[in-house]
Amino acid sequence: MKSAEEILAAIKAALPDAGVELVLNPSPSAQHSLRLAPATAVAVASFLREDAELALDYCSNATGVDWPGKEVTEKVKVTKVVDGVETMTEETVKRVEPGCLEAVYHLFSMKHKHGPVILRMRTVNRTDQVELPSLTPVWRSAEFQEREIFDLFGIVFTGHPDLRRILMWDGFEDHPMRRDYVDPDDYEYEPTPHDEVLKRAEEHKTHAEVTT
Amino acid sequence: MSATALKSYRPPVMDVAEEGDELLEVAMGPHHPSTHGVFRMDVALDGERVVKLKPVFGYLHRNHEKIGEKSSYLASMPYTDRLDYFCSLTNNWAYALAVEKLAGIEVPERAQYIRVITAELTRIQNHASAIGFLMQEMGASGTPLMYAFREREKILDLFEELTGSRMMCNYMRFGGCRVELPTGWLDKVKIVVAGLPEFIDEIEALLTGNEILMARAQGVGILKPDLAVNAGITGPMLRASGVNYDIRKVDHYGIYDRFKFRVPLGDHGDIYDRYMIRVLEMRESIKILEQALPEIPAGPIMDPKSKIRGFRPKAGEAYGRIEAPKGELGFYLISDGSGNPYRYRVRPPSLINLTVLEDMCLGQNVADVVLIFGSVDIVLGEVDR
Repeated sequence: MKSAEEILAAIKAALPDAGVELVLNPSPSAQHSLRLAPATAVAVASFLREDAELALDYCSNATGVDWPGKEVTEKVKVTKVVDGVETMTEETVKRVEPGCLEAVYHLFSMKHKHGPVILRMRTVNRTDQVELPSLTPVWRSAEFQEREIFDLFGIVFTGHPDLRRILMWDGFEDHPMRRDYVDPDDYEYEPTPHDEVLKRAEEHKTHAEVTT
Repeated sequence: MSATALKSYRPPVMDVAEEGDELLEVAMGPHHPSTHGVFRMDVALDGERVVKLKPVFGYLHRNHEKIGEKSSYLASMPYTDRLDYFCSLTNNWAYALAVEKLAGIEVPERAQYIRVITAELTRIQNHASAIGFLMQEMGASGTPLMYAFREREKILDLFEELTGSRMMCNYMRFGGCRVELPTGWLDKVKIVVAGLPEFIDEIEALLTGNEILMARAQGVGILKPDLAVNAGITGPMLRASGVNYDIRKVDHYGIYDRFKFRVPLGDHGDIYDRYMIRVLEMRESIKILEQALPEIPAGPIMDPKSKIRGFRPKAGEAYGRIEAPKGELGFYLISDGSGNPYRYRVRPPSLINLTVLEDMCLGQNVADVVLIFGSVDIVLGEVDR
């Protein structure tokens, strides 16, 4: 079995413009992964499947990970001119690191019985640019799993043959595995007569009236 | 992509153009007795022949993964029992294995043996009841299923004595097992295991040469090996198609490299092969049990360094997988250094084995859909999570 570095070198030799990066995993499992550029992901995936030495013909697991935007506070040294004298001062600056959604694939080879090789892809952001290329044309096993990622995380897989919700019902609008997902007060169309639920729903209602 | 385009849509099983050909759309399930729970197949039929089939999931969805992310590592252990409630001990092992990989925990020898023994007992009772249910769906009302359940009952009694529960065992811990074996438990296992070959002979005498089973199962629901590999099919279903891939042999997780056993393979990939593979796998499991039971060493059942409370693995990720009775059961965990997993993912074999359900059913009679579906061997608790 080749290490992640060797696989990266093999990809670079075969597809020089692939833009694949190595992502190290600090845990004792030492399962390092490769981050693909969405534009070339299908080409790299096909290479990994077809290459005689790797022959990663089996995509075991496909899943999503949500990385919401984080507010980071940093101390930055700033030079300021105060009364004609340049002085160095430290200022705390708040900046928002943009979040993203990530799709992770675990590949194995049934031919040579090795693995795992881990692929990752990231969307641009979490709101309006959430497309990633689907790897279902390369590995059929991703079909239901990508539908699940679409359903629970909201990544839109372009090139998927049948992308629709799989676990949640068709009228559902949110993506429950996102980390900022808030449970609704009640799933019933009419609130069930439970005091707690009714109280919470009324609180939300008054809150919504105040804010709008 | 706008918010409206993100909305889900439900395509009809049939196109309007096709309706001229007098197709009939049937919703099999969610309360059909053959669906092993609440599962629906939207089938388009041309007479008796299946033209299209779309499985519909999610009736039992409770977002197991979200609950796993909101609770501590240990708190998810009893909840894994509820995934595939026929095989709670293998579910426990898969989760424990993933966490052990994530945190670098070693498992003592004795615990490894206990894990192998409980996992193989689980495999036998799962395969026995899978065969029983398959026959039930074929119309063999009662007899094979009750024979299987009689044997399953003996194994569940052993689990009850060991773990306190028949199905929701919650037995494994990170770095070992929860409780020491009760006095005399191993002797009881030996008695049950000694009776198992006779049970399998009995089942085989009843079924293997049975004309009705052969007529209904041979050449029906064929799955080609290259499609099976590409669609990620695992477990007995994959091996019935003739692909030699058993994670016990590939990964040698636990101590499976110490035991001599063979991996049975099928030739045709039809329902009959899937039945036969399960029978042969039970025989191989008995071989493993016969080797493991006399060898079990004394010693601790928990790694003394592993922490039960306040367990916080270092940041990182790990994917651990085992050969569960239904296929590859994997757990993918991402830790951010806190007490809860940042990402907790179950790779369910039941769900992914259903990927090829439509391919196997196309062109078959509607009565065979029930059989093909039964030969996949799924549990809805794991499909919907």
